[in-house]
Amino acid sequence: MLAGGFLLPLLAGLGATLGAAAGYLPGRPLPETPSLQPLRSLLAEPGFLRAVGQTLGTGLASTVLALVLAASFCGLVHQRLPTRLAGRSLAPLLAAPHSALAIGLAFLLAPWGWIARWLSPWATGWEFPPDLPLVQDPLGIALVLGLLTKEVPFLLLVLLAALAQLPVQEDLQRARALGYSRAKAWVGVVLPRAYPLVRLPVLFVLAFSLSVVDMALVLGPTQPPTLAVAVTRWFLAPDPAFLGPAFAGAALQLAIVLAVMGGWLLGERAVAAMGRAWLARGSRGGAGDPWLAAAGLATTVVLLLGLLALVALGFWAFAERWPFPAAWPTEFSLARWTNLAGGWGEAFGNSLALGAATTAASLLLAMLWLEGEERGHLPRARWATVLVALPLLLPQVAFLYGLQVVLLRAGVGPGFLAVAWAQALFVLPYTLIVLSPPWKALDPRLLAVAASLGAGPNRRWLTVKLPLLLRPLLTAGAVGFAVSVALYLPTLFLGAGRVPTLTTEAVTLASGGDRRLVGLFALLQALLPLVAYLLALLLPRWIWRHRRALAGGSA
Amino acid sequence: MNHAPPSTDPAPAATLPTEAGDNRAGLVLEAVALRLRPTGKILFPPLSLQIAPGTTTTLLGPSGCGKSSLLRWMGGHLEDDFAATGRVLVNGSDRTDWPAEKRRIGMLFQDAGLFPHLSVAGNLAFGLQPGVRGRRQRRRVVEEALASAGLEGFADRDPATLSGGQQARVALLRTLLAEPEALLLDEPFAALDPERRAQIRSFVFARIEERGIPTLLVTHDARDAPGPVRHLDQPGGPAGNARGGPHPPR
Repeated sequence: MLAGGFLLPLLAGLGATLGAAAGYLPGRPLPETPSLQPLRSLLAEPGFLRAVGQTLGTGLASTVLALVLAASFCGLVHQRLPTRLAGRSLAPLLAAPHSALAIGLAFLLAPWGWIARWLSPWATGWEFPPDLPLVQDPLGIALVLGLLTKEVPFLLLVLLAALAQLPVQEDLQRARALGYSRAKAWVGVVLPRAYPLVRLPVLFVLAFSLSVVDMALVLGPTQPPTLAVAVTRWFLAPDPAFLGPAFAGAALQLAIVLAVMGGWLLGERAVAAMGRAWLARGSRGGAGDPWLAAAGLATTVVLLLGLLALVALGFWAFAERWPFPAAWPTEFSLARWTNLAGGWGEAFGNSLALGAATTAASLLLAMLWLEGEERGHLPRARWATVLVALPLLLPQVAFLYGLQVVLLRAGVGPGFLAVAWAQALFVLPYTLIVLSPPWKALDPRLLAVAASLGAGPNRRWLTVKLPLLLRPLLTAGAVGFAVSVALYLPTLFLGAGRVPTLTTEAVTLASGGDRRLVGLFALLQALLPLVAYLLALLLPRWIWRHRRALAGGSA
Repeated sequence: MNHAPPSTDPAPAATLPTEAGDNRAGLVLEAVALRLRPTGKILFPPLSLQIAPGTTTTLLGPSGCGKSSLLRWMGGHLEDDFAATGRVLVNGSDRTDWPAEKRRIGMLFQDAGLFPHLSVAGNLAFGLQPGVRGRRQRRRVVEEALASAGLEGFADRDPATLSGGQQARVALLRTLLAEPEALLLDEPFAALDPERRAQIRSFVFARIEERGIPTLLVTHDARDAPGPVRHLDQPGGPAGNARGGPHPPR
């Protein structure tokens, strides 16, 4: 039943999209036969091929770079930096929504941005912001950089978790005893074992990078934009003539993501085969360590840029006057913060309410799912894992607008409930992924002891299981909340503009709005999930402050 | 339970029926066999046992012979990768198909298994029967139990701060407060250092004897055994050879 509730909206949305792409457009007389009209109109759009090229270029470049940087950085710091410390310092970047980071990066990199201000006028001679495409550049470099600031920390997190399950130290020692450099041992021995454990998250990153909308709206190329952005614009265009190319573009986006994923999986094999041949040659030459160091440096730069971007948000959010090329605001103000009714109050309330509702519902469903697996003694089937992850593996534009159309036909109008439901499609997978390992790691003997003391299933659940799983439950809740706050397209499409959140407002304002107001929205957007993370970290510590066995451990 | 009059001579009280019958007091196993589910491999030959109230029978066997699985099955905790045949009876009632929480079969493991989120008193109160009513009354019973084990003032301690021997005593107290009708011990002394071991061992068996609880102990160490010993890797003999022992029922 859970699977049905999950699969149905996805299939309905995909079906509506593909149908519309084949000419069965909503609200039009149905054609007798499938029509190529939407596809033709898509091909006739100016800059269509470039848009597809940019989609492929930015998506692939950011995924490959993120993986290379994260893997090298792990190799550089593994067991030299405490994992817990690394995890904590990544938290602000992990918690921050994509769009908040994108806005912060724009504040940093734009011709009027922080970096230009630091260098002006003494180094650059600029008295006014120059007319340079430093963000929204036609090659999509700013977009790739933006994706890196978000995906490198994510991949670092999953890689560190995977490495913790492997005998890394022993493998490295063995390989180095055979005369291989640390870099070569890392690439040749450790990574091949770690990669299968992170394959699914890497595919998330790939699918997301190929179809990202919010970040691309802020940082991506504009003439033309990437395919996903173009499709979103067409969907939202008041002229229904754009629905044809929109649906055809959404179907094409789906085809692109599926094809690239297939290619990626084939590429994995090719890389593995080449790697085996490389290892079989047994060459010890070429230390490789400088390469590792260079990649580590690049990662550090990316992470620092991300953190600086968040700081830039903070300055703009409180700035009143900040003329170019002053490095710091010349005047600060709280006026926009106190103007709650006319400003950010409604969006903040919606973000909070949506986050709370979807997180609570997803936690409940995830617990039911895990409990069902456990009581039924069912091993997690592979298809179930993929099914739950499906919303994260498919491009959002490919099914969300179709889903809205299906819902409308079923009499469910856009609004809070529709948005919450659509968001839960993305929140549930994350809560389930975070909650599963600690749930399965719970010592079954404690539950057996409780049963032998006369505690029935309900009492065992309430008084033993829930308290012992408090920390992972809160962590999963914080992750789910962060996902909900960050979601852009589900909120936009299913809310039809009637459910403004911090994210939708920030992205809308980012195109030409008051930077100080944009900064305020984006800062709130970044802070809300961070507060959830902090609560998930500190609450168990405080609650278990007298319980040594539970107070430690990292969330 | 056993209503034999107090006697200085253990022999009469230890007389027990040798033939099968559902009115038998104590813990009874009838032709119990465990199979590994995927392969169908039988872990040990069908086992029959009768343990009189207040006595302890020891099952001896190397690790991996299925003795821990047997205990988990008796307690109602066996995982799905085993299939079992046979019956387990407590004081004449067949509890083979009862849910674990209804069986009143207590278990003690090698590690104490104290709930890490509850205080020592919380752990004991978890075990204490709900029949003891009122917050104060329950607290009093818990404190008395602690005092009886030389653990005065430990009520509000975090179990993680207790020594291994203290944890073992708290675990036993918790099990006893649940008023089990039978007790299963799975190498409960293995994790303790030698001096503690003797002390905890006599503490545990004194309580078992005093409460008249039939007890099954599994171990790979013959020195743990206080009474009759069965070797699990041997073919099962007649049930009668596991009865009586140096600890007579009251």
